[in-house]
Amino acid sequence: MSVARTWRTRKQRYALVGERCDYCQNAIFPPRDVCPHCAEPAQKEFALSGRGTVYSYTTVFDPPTGFDAFAPYPVALVKLDEGPMVTAQLTDIMPDQVKIGMPVEMVTRKLNEQGDEGIIVYSYKFRPQLQRQALAA
Amino acid sequence: MTEVKDSVLLRPNRPVGIVGYGAYVPIYRLPAREVARIWSGRDAELPIKEKAVAGLDEDTASMSIEAARNALARAQIDPKRIRAVWVGSESHPYAVKPTSTIVAEALDIVPLTQAADWEFACKAGTEAMQAAIAFVGSGMATYALSIGMDTAQGRPGDALEYTAAAGGAAILIGPAEESLATIEASVSYVTDTPDFWRRAHVHYPSHGQRFTGEPAYFHHVTHAAQIMLEELGRKPADYRYVVLHQPNVKFPQRAAKLLGFKPEQVQAGLLVGRIGNTYAGSSLVGMTAVLDEARPGDQVLVVSFGSGAGSDAFSLEVTERIEAARGRAPQTLDYIARRVEIDYATYARMRGKLLMK
Repeated sequence: MSVARTWRTRKQRYALVGERCDYCQNAIFPPRDVCPHCAEPAQKEFALSGRGTVYSYTTVFDPPTGFDAFAPYPVALVKLDEGPMVTAQLTDIMPDQVKIGMPVEMVTRKLNEQGDEGIIVYSYKFRPQLQRQALAA
Repeated sequence: MTEVKDSVLLRPNRPVGIVGYGAYVPIYRLPAREVARIWSGRDAELPIKEKAVAGLDEDTASMSIEAARNALARAQIDPKRIRAVWVGSESHPYAVKPTSTIVAEALDIVPLTQAADWEFACKAGTEAMQAAIAFVGSGMATYALSIGMDTAQGRPGDALEYTAAAGGAAILIGPAEESLATIEASVSYVTDTPDFWRRAHVHYPSHGQRFTGEPAYFHHVTHAAQIMLEELGRKPADYRYVVLHQPNVKFPQRAAKLLGFKPEQVQAGLLVGRIGNTYAGSSLVGMTAVLDEARPGDQVLVVSFGSGAGSDAFSLEVTERIEAARGRAPQTLDYIARRVEIDYATYARMRGKLLMK
């Protein structure tokens, strides 16, 4: 990811800032020019709550360039409470502990480093909901 | 010339306090006996039980973001009203590029805010808090966010490797009338004492062995605390809790005893045995554990220590607003209870101690 692209997408990566469609009221993530639900343009910025559930998942053993340091790591399709489905890494969990339907929450973590001299890229990941753990304890 | 004697206590023009606080401790724990297994072969008299270790995808920026989110969840204010984001750490991810702008962006505090990184070994977090008190207390800002956070590194096999840990806290300073705990006064006590240091471009810190005790930790911590007690006309018994910087379990226990505090006043804020020394986060994360259980009217004395060397002392009084606020975010003990034990090999991988090229 170029420095410019990293900078351009910082709000969505750090805090799951998407959009809500003015016409059909659907939440949209990532933000885009046209609503994928009703094809109307110009959407309003909207920060998603970051809570959702695991819809499906896999484990990456053979990672793309730049992610070697993290493998093996779990990646999931997370169905957000507001509707959108996002693909993201899961963190603070072993791959064999992930379950479909597991409640998760967004955290901002280091996605990768562009070498020793490049920038550090931060992004959303999901982990088991901490509040629930606390209440259950 | 007439001699003018200023008060040594730091007190702002307008009363201020803590309007939100949040802790963060990573999930991984390295038992001290694991370090002993690899390096010394002896596990008698270990300085702590275990320490918190940052995961592969964690650093001072990501950890500060989570602690700050917890502080804002408790304060329930519009982040755009925060005029300063100050992060104290000795493990900022970049040598040049602020951690604070990353935190400010993630919390939607940008763009009308101060942002800077602070450095004073383990005292950087409370140094940022002092500045936030002044910034709000002068009337320049309504809210200022101060953070003490570290992913501390110890040289493999060194005494510090048992304790150098990851974690910290975010403290949002605001007007006293909105506070969960008001800040009555603070004091700073600083001298040039080289007990611990790290030169530029060097990976691991060096320290003066036993020199880190009497002339460094004990001298600064006890003087800052004593001056606070004398100037306020207080006795140790007036405080329900005391939280001291905690590089190991013994130092804060002994310093508290020297000052006349009882073990039960120290206990709630003494986390080092379970999470290690979180450096710039150490005294502040201890303070968050105290705020998690304190009752309105309780007095709390907090004293940090940073090598180099100095201490900041704060005298707090908990208000009724604490009861509603504490449940709005995970408590410090929730993070401590969330625990995955790792072995030394996993730790070596997570902390980048393996030669990869």
